[in-house]
Amino acid sequence: MSVTNLKLKPQAAPQPSAQVIALGHPAGLRTDSRLARLAAQTVTNLLPLIVTLTLIILAWQLVCSSPDSSLPAPSRVLEESWELIVHPFYTGQGVDQGLFWHVFASLQRVALGYAMAAAVGVALGTLVGQSALAMRGLDPIFQVLRTVPPLAWLPLSLAAFQDGNPSAIFVIFITAIWPIIINTAVGIRNIPQDYRNVAKVLRLNGFEYFHKIMLPAAAPYIFTGLRIGIGLSWLAIVAAEMLIGGVGIGFFIWDAWNSSLISDIIVALIYVGIVGFLLDRIIALIGRAVTRGTANA
Amino acid sequence: MPKSYLSLELIDKTFERGGRRTEVLKQVSLSVDKGEFISIIGHSGCGKSTLLNIVGGLTQATTGVVLLDGKVVDEPGPDRAVVFQNHSLLPWLTVYENVRLAVDKVFSKTRSKKERHEWTMCNLELVQMAHAADKRPSEVSGGMKQRVGIARALAMEPKVLLLDEPFGALDALTRAHLQDQVMQIHATLGNTVLMITHDVDEAVLLSDRIVMMTNGPSARVGEILDVPLARPRRRIELASDRTYLKCREAVLKFLYERHRFVEAAE
Repeated sequence: MSVTNLKLKPQAAPQPSAQVIALGHPAGLRTDSRLARLAAQTVTNLLPLIVTLTLIILAWQLVCSSPDSSLPAPSRVLEESWELIVHPFYTGQGVDQGLFWHVFASLQRVALGYAMAAAVGVALGTLVGQSALAMRGLDPIFQVLRTVPPLAWLPLSLAAFQDGNPSAIFVIFITAIWPIIINTAVGIRNIPQDYRNVAKVLRLNGFEYFHKIMLPAAAPYIFTGLRIGIGLSWLAIVAAEMLIGGVGIGFFIWDAWNSSLISDIIVALIYVGIVGFLLDRIIALIGRAVTRGTANA
Repeated sequence: MPKSYLSLELIDKTFERGGRRTEVLKQVSLSVDKGEFISIIGHSGCGKSTLLNIVGGLTQATTGVVLLDGKVVDEPGPDRAVVFQNHSLLPWLTVYENVRLAVDKVFSKTRSKKERHEWTMCNLELVQMAHAADKRPSEVSGGMKQRVGIARALAMEPKVLLLDEPFGALDALTRAHLQDQVMQIHATLGNTVLMITHDVDEAVLLSDRIVMMTNGPSARVGEILDVPLARPRRRIELASDRTYLKCREAVLKFLYERHRFVEAAE
């Protein structure tokens, strides 16, 4: 009898005390508790990532720690490439630049090629999506050309432009344009008949129809294409720069390989990965802002 | 024959697909006076939506003409505003912007910016949607969307308002509420209205005349029923009104006895 009593008591006790705490917080320190919740959320979101990262680095350290390992361990990367890591804005002679400048040069090429691909891609996609005739004439060509690997275009563009930089930009353009064309065309083709009817009843002219109905209606598709396009551009630029040389993250990696600076390559790869991730996120964010409300009525 | 405001004259419509011809409408003629409320009722597949689309100019009749106010109708236009069954609001625009788009387009030259804004709000108030002007269609209920659709159509100041089963997708209570609102708007503005419906009560309650279509293919106008009920009409009083019940019976008899829906006609 006495034993059961003892067991019951601690069970009942926490309930009132928990209530007191819950009521006290929102009343007095609302911003504080919001901050606390945000911090707690960040921890729950980031903790698993930190754990896996630590494990990967530990495993990497273990595997590559022997002196005759062909790849450097994380500790050796830090040691050998310390100058590179702490001086991203370093400016020297020719291609001897900090990593920031290499990435910046690559991003400039991507920005140019990608912007052209976006403009031309959306225009061509609209044409193909809107006209059955254009579709029959152009779509088979697009379907064949889009399977050509990005780098296969490089020799041809070098021959045409006689210069590395425009060739790299062209490779970005030709790589990014296909998913943009194809997704835009699908988006235009999928505009519900209802919206077309609304446009007809209102007698919208071609331009009004294009920017008031077509673009917003197809925007989710267009942004899917743009997002695939930016990913492909970033994949292609690194490869293209390896071949054309000059300042750029791709050539930096190639140069590091020729100088057997494996640690520098690893640091550069981390840069490439993070920048690619950011580019993808930026396009996704713009897409979400532009297409809000478009997904369903 | 006295000239009527809207007249459909011997409309035939044949669809051709892969060598197979389907005659949807055959020799459909109808005269509508200014300010009249006409319902077109019939079983599904009888071509009543096709008929409305022909009046709207969205579909071309194979033969026959539609005359509105003395002019031949051969393309869509804001003088025949359509309220679509599934509201067809543009989801990326707010309620206000959806109506404003129509107002801007129709009155771009005749009214100032301020007048266009006021006219947009005026029409939203007419359907009691001014409070939700800045919401997007996805944020309001189905009945509200349809009210905005009606506001958009009314805002074009159409010569004839075309309603394509406007309340079909709504629940019974919302539908009754919207029917009352449409009656009120019709009483205030005196629009000429052509409404497609498959709801017998709705047809009798709202219309001056009910056009009953025979079953397709080759649907014709079977019969036209006058609804001699005084306005304003109140649904509760009408529920036991003899004229109302007689009209209702006449439509039901037409639809379920003389032109039963036959699934496998061929």
